[in-house]
Amino acid sequence: MTEAAASPVSPAVHSRGAEAWRILRRNPVTLAAITIIVVVSVAAALASLIAPFDPNATDPAVALSPPSPHNWLGTDLYGRDQLSRLMYAARLDLLIPFAATLSALAIGALVGALAGYAGRWVDQIIMRAVESVLAFPALVLAMGLTAALGNSIGNIVLTLAITQIPIYIRLIRGEMLRVREMEYAEAARAVGNPAWRIVLVHLLPNCIPPLIVQATLAMGFALLTMAALSFLGLGIRPPDSEWGEMTAEGVGYMVTDEWWLFVFPGLMIMISVLAFNLVGDGLRDFLDPRMRGVRS
Amino acid sequence: MSLALYVLRRLLSVIPTLFGVTLVSFFLTYTLPGNPAMVKAGPLATPEYLAEVERRMGLDQPMWVQYGRYVSGLFRGDLGESASTGRPVLQDFVQRLPATLELTVASLTLAMLIGIPLGVLSAVHRDTIIDHVGRIVGVAGVAMPTFWTGLLFVFVFFYLIGWAPAPLGRLAPGLAAPPTVTGLYVIDSILAGNWPALRSSIAQLALPSATLAFSVMAPIARMVRATMLEILSSDYITAAWAAGLPRRRVIYGDALRNALIPIVTTLGVVFGFLMAGNAVVETVFSWPGIGNYAVTALLTKDSGPIQSFVLFVAVMYVIVNLIVDLLYAVVDPRIRLS
Repeated sequence: MTEAAASPVSPAVHSRGAEAWRILRRNPVTLAAITIIVVVSVAAALASLIAPFDPNATDPAVALSPPSPHNWLGTDLYGRDQLSRLMYAARLDLLIPFAATLSALAIGALVGALAGYAGRWVDQIIMRAVESVLAFPALVLAMGLTAALGNSIGNIVLTLAITQIPIYIRLIRGEMLRVREMEYAEAARAVGNPAWRIVLVHLLPNCIPPLIVQATLAMGFALLTMAALSFLGLGIRPPDSEWGEMTAEGVGYMVTDEWWLFVFPGLMIMISVLAFNLVGDGLRDFLDPRMRGVRS
Repeated sequence: MSLALYVLRRLLSVIPTLFGVTLVSFFLTYTLPGNPAMVKAGPLATPEYLAEVERRMGLDQPMWVQYGRYVSGLFRGDLGESASTGRPVLQDFVQRLPATLELTVASLTLAMLIGIPLGVLSAVHRDTIIDHVGRIVGVAGVAMPTFWTGLLFVFVFFYLIGWAPAPLGRLAPGLAAPPTVTGLYVIDSILAGNWPALRSSIAQLALPSATLAFSVMAPIARMVRATMLEILSSDYITAAWAAGLPRRRVIYGDALRNALIPIVTTLGVVFGFLMAGNAVVETVFSWPGIGNYAVTALLTKDSGPIQSFVLFVAVMYVIVNLIVDLLYAVVDPRIRLS
């Protein structure tokens, strides 16, 4: 059976990749958004190789210089190069939301599957808890959690994950209720598979497309939440550096005309969040054929 | 299911949610670092006195007893005390709530005034330049960090072209607040006939409310567009066109009126955005509301106000969504059946 299954797989994968590329070419917006994410990620990953300056190197001679051929995005009070600082800051701005989203996805999917498959009182308790947590706007809950837990990087990941988990639980539970009654689930039960195996092997994989879409959109939202936390002084603090924190540092220089210090970090947040949102929308169109052609 | 039964069921469903909400907000303060008794007793307190204060505040009790005291305090309107102002949190809240209310109402009004027509135009002129512009504005509004939008507005409208006043509170310095009737400066200054105060309070309100409105306009416009598209392709609208009714009347009379019902449901979500946005925008504009109060408390680890703000926002959110659902059930009988 494995041999029979193996041969048709590779052309299928191939045509699926070709299909994706064909769809992408017709969606220049999604393509541009993916390009932005790739460029920012590469800049963050290779910052130590491609950044024009050491992000912490001070140079009083060029302190507070506006964007110029020498310092493309200007420098701060200590003469640190802003472009280099933004590239290094991108590491936290991408990694923290990514870690938070990934862990929330794993926990949320399992708990949601449990709620959807077990039903009855287990479902009741889990869903009441979900509603209680969702009653807090993400940023407000994150503010309270970072105050309570402290704002180390690990705790910020945890905080952002907690704000996301209920969303995945609800999503997976809904999908689970739908696929649980399908014939293949019935068949899996009939041949005597244990419940955990049915859920993990047969049902959960069928819920993955909407999860991927949700997770992509959540990346952007988590980035926004973290930036707001850091801007308020509750998230990443100096000497660690993150775009929201850099914006906060730049605010004071507005009245002395050094606009580049608050404009560029905010611009980076906006561009990145925009890219994640657009990729999420594009993925939804691609993964959910029912949505193809329908724009909401 | 009858309407009365639906209302009763929906009211009862709020109880477990509110219970969960108090658990979360209690847990936040319970785990908050620092010992509130030590703050209250002062730095020079002897260990005996500290233990005495701890006992009086109930901090030596097990967790569930403390939770019970917390909830029974809530029912008596006791939100605890602020360590930094030394006053009951409730008193601070009541004093600052009108500022937040004024900002929230102004932003929501502005967001609807722009978002609803934008959504209608995008739906009517689907896939034209209007629709594309609407989509770009919507996508940008969601992706821009609220604090950054606020800073850009301040930079352009205050610093560069000088149309807006300095982003420092609700009134220009030197102006006295109008006598308190509603607590909303715009309304109070009209009631008092105080025109300089009216001018100043509107000018101060303009940028912060525009900032918040910009961030919540997108979901409103998107919902209006989607609903309008659906309604415009329905049979009764086709019939209205066929009957030769004037275009304006079909779109704004028949279609939009029916579209407004689902739009109400987005207000619950929008309210959540507004409350989170308040904390940020009030900080950027030194707006003396509860969001600003909470951020200050968070930075100084002042547990009373933090807990109360978090609880207040969640309870308001639950209530707003309850009202939205009930309104919806009254207007649309199909909801009660499902």
